[in-house]
Formats: sequence, structure tokens, C-alpha cells
Amino acid sequence: MIRINNFIIPLFSLIIFCLLWELLVWYNNWPNYKMASPSDLWPAFWKFKHLFLIYGWETFWRTVVGLILSVLVGLSLGILMGFSKTIRIGLYPILVGFNAIPKATVVPVIALIFVGMHNMNTIIIVILISFFPICVSISIGLSTLEREYEDILLSLGANKFEIFYKIALPKTLPEFFGALKVSTTLAFIGTNLMEIIEPHGKGLGHLFDSGKISADYPLMFAVLITLAVMGIFLYYIVVYLENIFAGWAIRK
Amino acid sequence: MHINIEKVSHQYETKQGMLPVLKDLSLSIKRKGFTAIVGPSGCGKSTITRLVSGLIKPTQGSIFISNKKITSPLSTVGMAFQNPVLLEWRNVIKNIILPLEIVSKNMTYNQKRSNALDLLKLVGLEEFENNLPSELSGGMKQRVSLCRSLVHSPEVLILDEPFAALDAFTKEDLWDVMHKLKKERDFTCILITHDLREAVYLADQVIVLSGRPASLQYDVKTNFNEEKKISDLYSSEVSQLLATLRNQIEIAQNKND
Ligand SMILES: Nc1ncnc2c1ncn2[C@@H]1O[C@H](COP(=O)(O)OP(=O)(O)OP(=O)(O)O)[C@@H](O)[C@H]1O
Ligand SMILES: [Mg+2]
Repeated sequence: MIRINNFIIPLFSLIIFCLLWELLVWYNNWPNYKMASPSDLWPAFWKFKHLFLIYGWETFWRTVVGLILSVLVGLSLGILMGFSKTIRIGLYPILVGFNAIPKATVVPVIALIFVGMHNMNTIIIVILISFFPICVSISIGLSTLEREYEDILLSLGANKFEIFYKIALPKTLPEFFGALKVSTTLAFIGTNLMEIIEPHGKGLGHLFDSGKISADYPLMFAVLITLAVMGIFLYYIVVYLENIFAGWAIRK
Repeated sequence: MHINIEKVSHQYETKQGMLPVLKDLSLSIKRKGFTAIVGPSGCGKSTITRLVSGLIKPTQGSIFISNKKITSPLSTVGMAFQNPVLLEWRNVIKNIILPLEIVSKNMTYNQKRSNALDLLKLVGLEEFENNLPSELSGGMKQRVSLCRSLVHSPEVLILDEPFAALDAFTKEDLWDVMHKLKKERDFTCILITHDLREAVYLADQVIVLSGRPASLQYDVKTNFNEEKKISDLYSSEVSQLLATLRNQIEIAQNKND
């Protein structure tokens, strides 16, 4: 029953959302170029279905690879900052400052450093935009471990590594997955920033751009919806992993 | 394992400078003894537990377990705290075997589990072997925490206010659990507590510390009865002892002011 509800309820809310959207456009009598309605999207999508497949895949795999790498970067930095106060104090201002820079301005810089290496450029932007929440959550999780948790193992002569993988790491997993959900959605923003600002004929960002050039508004909306669907898909993969590795923290 | 604390002074480094917590504290605990330590809040009781378990080193003086000076943590010590600090992602049995994963790495899982089950039966929780800590009540969690502190058969058990957060009836249940564990697993025990009745009921020696910086203020044997029962706490002998201890605590608190 719970499983069915988990599926039915989101589906239901999605349908209601689309209906309201359709109604809004219909009621205001908005033309296509102002706001496309759900019923315009399907034809646009169908017309370019092979492009959606190719470009969608390009966007998807680069996002996923970037996300995996940002998990590695975020975890390593987070672990270093969680265990060493010196490293934490030293790195925080740099990381915060870095994160405050609008990534749109970093895109051309990256594109200039690695001219022509489109995949790498895109993946770098994804990493830059999504490692931060992971890094912060891990470092906070590790540095706020209550003393007693350490004491039960330390008093038996356990080493730092045993404390890390028996207690500290599993204990921060719920925070990690929370951050990973944020990072997942940020990752798509990263891919598309690169694809739209530095068009190199790849990915959904490019398809969006060509929709803009040919004033095909339903196409542009269809791209956005595809991105949203991919985001939801990836999000639920993270939820699935969370259930496996940190299911104990989820209230039934 | 008898424990000797000899002229121990300890200070912490804080933002406001050095904070002396213990001053010239000397006391001895006999082998297989059960010693309760009471004293004003913040006087340094938890510090004593961390010193005896070797987690920190005293600024001055030394601590001996069986005449051997403690310089680092010993695997023959078990600890439990007011906060049961169970690992929420592990079920009850896996929580209990945690110390064995550190000190008895060669033991098979089945051996570890059977050690843990023996204790779980003693505290009356054998049906909850596979439950997660989030499915247990506060008293049950504390029972599991006690099992964990004893699973590697430590010779010294250090308890830092393990029953402080429990309601009166659960507390009394756990006192009896403690009696049972002590009888079955004969260890030397140090119990930090704020509850004088608890101290008198469980321990055979009660020590009152003075206010910070703490030193020994009062040391009394409480073996009024071999097989203690809750009703013994209402005898005139015990009432008198409680009154004396109460009075000593007040003296300690005044010194603190
Ligand atoms: N790691 C530390 N660094 C600095 N000061 C500390 C540290 N640990 C404890 N203290 C200070 O030392 C004093 C004694 O602490 P301790 O925890 O031993 O007291 P306690 O008797 O256990 O108190 P309570 O009855 O409240 O549990 C307190 O004033 C405390 O603030
Ligand atoms: Mg304390």
C-alpha cells in the first residue's frame, strides 16, 4: 500500500499541476510565444524526438559523471575539514568565496582554459557548482560528532580510522544524502550553464538555444520539461540509494 | 583489579586560561569493589572517568590499575554514559558487539553474538535482538548500553550517570539489573551519580568530592546488607547514612560558592 501511494500521490499532483497550467494559459488566452501550455509540448517533443534522445543523453551522462566527481571532491574536502580544525579554518573562506562567484562568469574562463574540450568543460562546471553542499554537510557532520561516540571506541584503544568508518561516516550519511539531493539539482544547472552560454552543439542546452533562434517556443518549453523530468529521475535514484544506505534515519 | 588514584591534579586549557578541576585527589578502590562518586555539578566527576579510562592524562599524579600505571586506554575497561550513544544504524545485537570488533578482531561473528546474547538475556531484552535503537524506550536503550560496556568482559566498568535521565521506576528496575550484572560478571565498578539513594543502593563505597577543584572530602563504606533490596533504603540505618551524605554534599557546594 505504501509503495503504491508513493507512486500514485506524486503522479496525481503532477497531473493537477499540468491541468492548472493548461487552465492558466487557456484562461488568459496567452499565445504560444508568451507561455506554451502542456498540450503544445507533446507535439514539439514528438517532432524532435531523435534530437531529444541524442542531446538528452549528452546532458544526462555529463551531469551524472560531474555529480559523481563532485561527490568525490566534496567527500574528500569534507573529510579533511571535518577532522582537522586547521584545514577547516583555512579552507572555509576560500570555498565560501568561490561558491559566491556566479558560475555563469566562470563558464567562459573554463572554456578558455580548456579550449575545445567540451565534455571536460561541462563536467568541471558541474563539479564546481555541486561539490559545495556535500563538502559542508560532511565537514559539519564529522566535526560535531558527540564526544561520547568517540569515547566508547577510544577507550578501547581504537584508532582514528576505526572511529571514522565504524561511527563517524555512517552517522553523517543522512546529512550527506540531504546534501546530495541539493547537489543533484544543482548539477543540471551546471551542465546547462555550459551548454547555453558556450554553445558547442551538444546537449539539451544547445537544443534550447536553437529553439530560441528559430523562435520555437514550445520546443524551448519541452526542453525545460525534459530537464525537469531528468532531474526528478536522478533525484529518485538518490532517494533509492538513501533508502539502502541510510534507511535507518528515515521515519516510517 | 584495584584502582589507585594517587595525588592526581588536573587542569583544562580554556579560553579564560587554565581551569583547575582536580586537586591532589587520592583514593583507592578495592578489587571487585563498587564505588560511587558524588559531588557538586561540574566539580570534575566525568574528568575522573576520562582519566581512569586513559582517555586523558592527569596534569600531575598517577592512576594505577592493579599497580600498573595508566598511560593510554586499556581494553579491559568498559564505559557507559548518561547518553546511551547507541549507533542508530545498527540493531541491538550489532550495537552490543561493537567493542568486540575492536578488541577481539579474531572472534567469529557467532561467538560475538552469543557473548552479546548472554548479556541481553541478563538484562531481559533477548526478544529485541534485531530491533533498531529508535524502536526502544529510554530504559531499554540504557540496558543495551550496559550490555555493550560489558560484552568484552572488562575488569573495570566505568559508569557516568547512566540512569540520570530515567524516571524513578525505570531507574529502580535498572538498579536491580546492575545488581544482577555485578553478581554474574564480577568487575570493579566506578559509578558517577547525583542520586544518593542510587549510590547507597548500588555501591559498597561512596565518595563525596569537594567543589571544584575537587579533592576527596568524604569516604564511607556502605555495606549495610549483602543482598540489598529497595525496601532497605527506608531503614533507619540507611536514612542516617543518606542524611550524612546529604550534609557532606552541602558542605561541598558551599565551598564551591
Ligand atoms: N575538554 C574540556 N576542556 C575544557 N574544560 C573542560 C573540559 N571538560 C570539562 N571541562 C570543565 O571542567 C569542569 C569539570 O567537568 P566535568 O565534566 O568533569 O564535571 P562533572 O563533575 O562531570 O559535571 P556534571 O556533574 O555536570 O556532569 C567543568 O567546569 C567543565 O566546564
Ligand atoms: Mg559529568
